[in-house]
Amino acid sequence: MKKTIVFAAAALACTAALADEVRNYRAEAVAMLKRDFKAKGIAGTDRLHEDSVQAICNRSGDNPPKDVAARLEQDQLEAIKYPADGKLMGDWKEGEKIAQSGRGMTWSDKAGIPGGGNCYNCHQIAPSETSFGTIGTSLYQFGKTRGNGPDIQKYVYGKIWNAKAFNLCSAMPRFGHVGALTEKQIKDLVALLLDPQSPVNSK
Amino acid sequence: MKQRTSTLLAVAALTAAFAAHAQQPAKKTAPPAKAAAPAKSAITEEFEKFREVLEEDNPAELFEAKGEDIWKNRKGPDGGSMAQCDLGLGAGVVKGAYVQMPRWFADAGQVMDAERRVVHCMMKYLGYKEADIRKQPFSNVNKTPDHVSVITYVAAQSRNMKIAAPQKHPKEKEAYNVGKEIFAFRGGPYDFSCATCHGADGMRIRTQDLPNLRKPDQAIRAYQGWPGYRMTGGFMLTQQWRMNDCFRQQRFPEPSYLSDSVTALLAYMTVTANGQVYKGPGIKR
Repeated sequence: MKKTIVFAAAALACTAALADEVRNYRAEAVAMLKRDFKAKGIAGTDRLHEDSVQAICNRSGDNPPKDVAARLEQDQLEAIKYPADGKLMGDWKEGEKIAQSGRGMTWSDKAGIPGGGNCYNCHQIAPSETSFGTIGTSLYQFGKTRGNGPDIQKYVYGKIWNAKAFNLCSAMPRFGHVGALTEKQIKDLVALLLDPQSPVNSK
Repeated sequence: MKQRTSTLLAVAALTAAFAAHAQQPAKKTAPPAKAAAPAKSAITEEFEKFREVLEEDNPAELFEAKGEDIWKNRKGPDGGSMAQCDLGLGAGVVKGAYVQMPRWFADAGQVMDAERRVVHCMMKYLGYKEADIRKQPFSNVNKTPDHVSVITYVAAQSRNMKIAAPQKHPKEKEAYNVGKEIFAFRGGPYDFSCATCHGADGMRIRTQDLPNLRKPDQAIRAYQGWPGYRMTGGFMLTQQWRMNDCFRQQRFPEPSYLSDSVTALLAYMTVTANGQVYKGPGIKR
């Protein structure tokens, strides 16, 4: 009799421990966010619904299985819209202005106003700007070492349009994919990085 | 009093000077030969210098005094007072309470952070209306709401004490674990989570150093200095305000004031900073 009670108690303890372990705090967190967050300005609650990339990165600690990542990167790559006129390089001077601006997409930003690229928040770019972040790699002299041929132009345009097409859980936003930057703005940023006249590539 | 006034005048002058400075575009220096990573910007250094001076005689003390007055003397419509308010250490006990929240409060059936608890008590005992508090939860140039002053008072009563947010009650553990997930949740048009900027060592946005809030020695930086006196406006801002502004910059929709999500996030960050010393209300630009 005594033994049975001991076993029962042990079994109960095990169940309790197990229940604690398998609890899905992530799902609870997502449900809580959806309950607590309200639309404000241009920032609707639809922003809390994960798309395929966010869903995979969030569930794998930004480290998805390689084959899954490769397939999703391919999907993102195929969705990149390259300019119909085939020209990928715009005006680097305009690109510099876009790179400087950190505006866009917050609930205090107005709809319809072209946002900024937020580039200097995370990257070193032109040498004249010493206030730059370090979350991204340095882009100083980017074109100097890589030239400005069609392949690199296509890569840079694609990377800014959708960084996740090249690295699924990259910290970089998908500026073209989500409509945060226009085609023209991205062309100007490509020029900032690749135009030989751009200060990025000065000696 | 005279000394107080002159200090405040000096503060006002400094604040004005700083505000003027902050509005100037950053001065362009000559391009460095190799564009090496710069140290702190001149503005940051300048600011930090007079932050030290200001913290010795922080204008936050005015709000602290106002909060103390409300805590000790204000009576509710039914004769209630904040002496009945239990911040976790017993009715009316303020000393050390701030650094021991978020915690589970059985009377409310919720885990509450300090701000949530203070507002809860002000509604329960002093008759403040939830609708009024929600109308202006945060301070602006025109008004620092009463609850912000009370939070400042409560926070000051934990000055130089070790952060010790409890993790005994299952709901406190739940808040920590859910908060940890909220911290990692990527969403919105930019795919940002808290961790995008605060999940690794040694990162910067522009010249602003970013603490890695997953590490105890750096998590203190999300806690230290709050509530803070904003020099470029002359009002107090709380940790709840800071979380709100983080979500804005994360391009998320807005968290409801005093919601479970923000409490959970604060529980995660505070527990991570447990054992570090809180220096009391601070100064923010």
